[in-house]
Amino acid sequence: MVLPTKDEWIKALTERHGKELQQAFSSATVAICGLGGLGSNIAIALTRAGIGKLILIDFDRVDITNLHRQQYKAEQIGMYKTVALAKNLKEIAPYISLEIHTERITEDNALTLLQDADIICEAFDDAECKAMLTEIVLTEMRDKYLVAASGLAGLYDANRIKTRKVTSKFYLCGDEKSDVADGIGLVSSRVMICAAHQAHTVLRILANNFEE
Amino acid sequence: MVKVNGTELDIAGKTLTEYLATTNYDMKRIAVERNGDIVPKAQYGETVLQDGDSLEVVSFVGGG
Repeated sequence: MVLPTKDEWIKALTERHGKELQQAFSSATVAICGLGGLGSNIAIALTRAGIGKLILIDFDRVDITNLHRQQYKAEQIGMYKTVALAKNLKEIAPYISLEIHTERITEDNALTLLQDADIICEAFDDAECKAMLTEIVLTEMRDKYLVAASGLAGLYDANRIKTRKVTSKFYLCGDEKSDVADGIGLVSSRVMICAAHQAHTVLRILANNFEE
Repeated sequence: MVKVNGTELDIAGKTLTEYLATTNYDMKRIAVERNGDIVPKAQYGETVLQDGDSLEVVSFVGGG
């Protein structure tokens, strides 16, 4: 099997999305903070849509307990998530530009790691980390958009997961209630719904199409 | 009156720290938006709520 050329790839996406929209997608840089159930699924949706560049950040390795919801494979257990996801994304879309950072995002390094991003997806597991990143992005990187997630655990009704515009630069996806610490934890389908909300919000921001 | 998550409360004149102390929010898990802007946590103590302010407290839960 011979892979399509880059020109063929761009032509196929342009036929699908139209020239203007595809240019908006392919010129965008999106950072994904945390490559677990949310981040790995967001990355796949954005890769398929033809986003030009993704910045993938996670310190962790693929574990057997991740595979029920995260977009990794059995043979990738033990690999850094950044490296494994980059490989999986390149298999889907060989011409996407990827920048990977295998480290923990902190208050000290966030500005540097995220400086090239137009839109930042918060895809952490930990609620305190979510709050920390939200404050840093929205108070110290005021030109950037943040698409965060809160409330996606359990087998509750899928339709409770919503996208809400909190401020002009801050969108929040999830039901804002279901905590991973309660009940049965995370289920792939509901995590994917929330990740899809986040990826879809990114595309709508880039399309400048966020009328309700 | 100050609108907090859609409800009018009689808390004008209090600081954000004083108001939050009367609630059950976990300070490490929240982001507070005031009149369209996120307030840095370091400024909660000096942020005095004004009559007509609109606040929204986003309280994060875990899972990702």
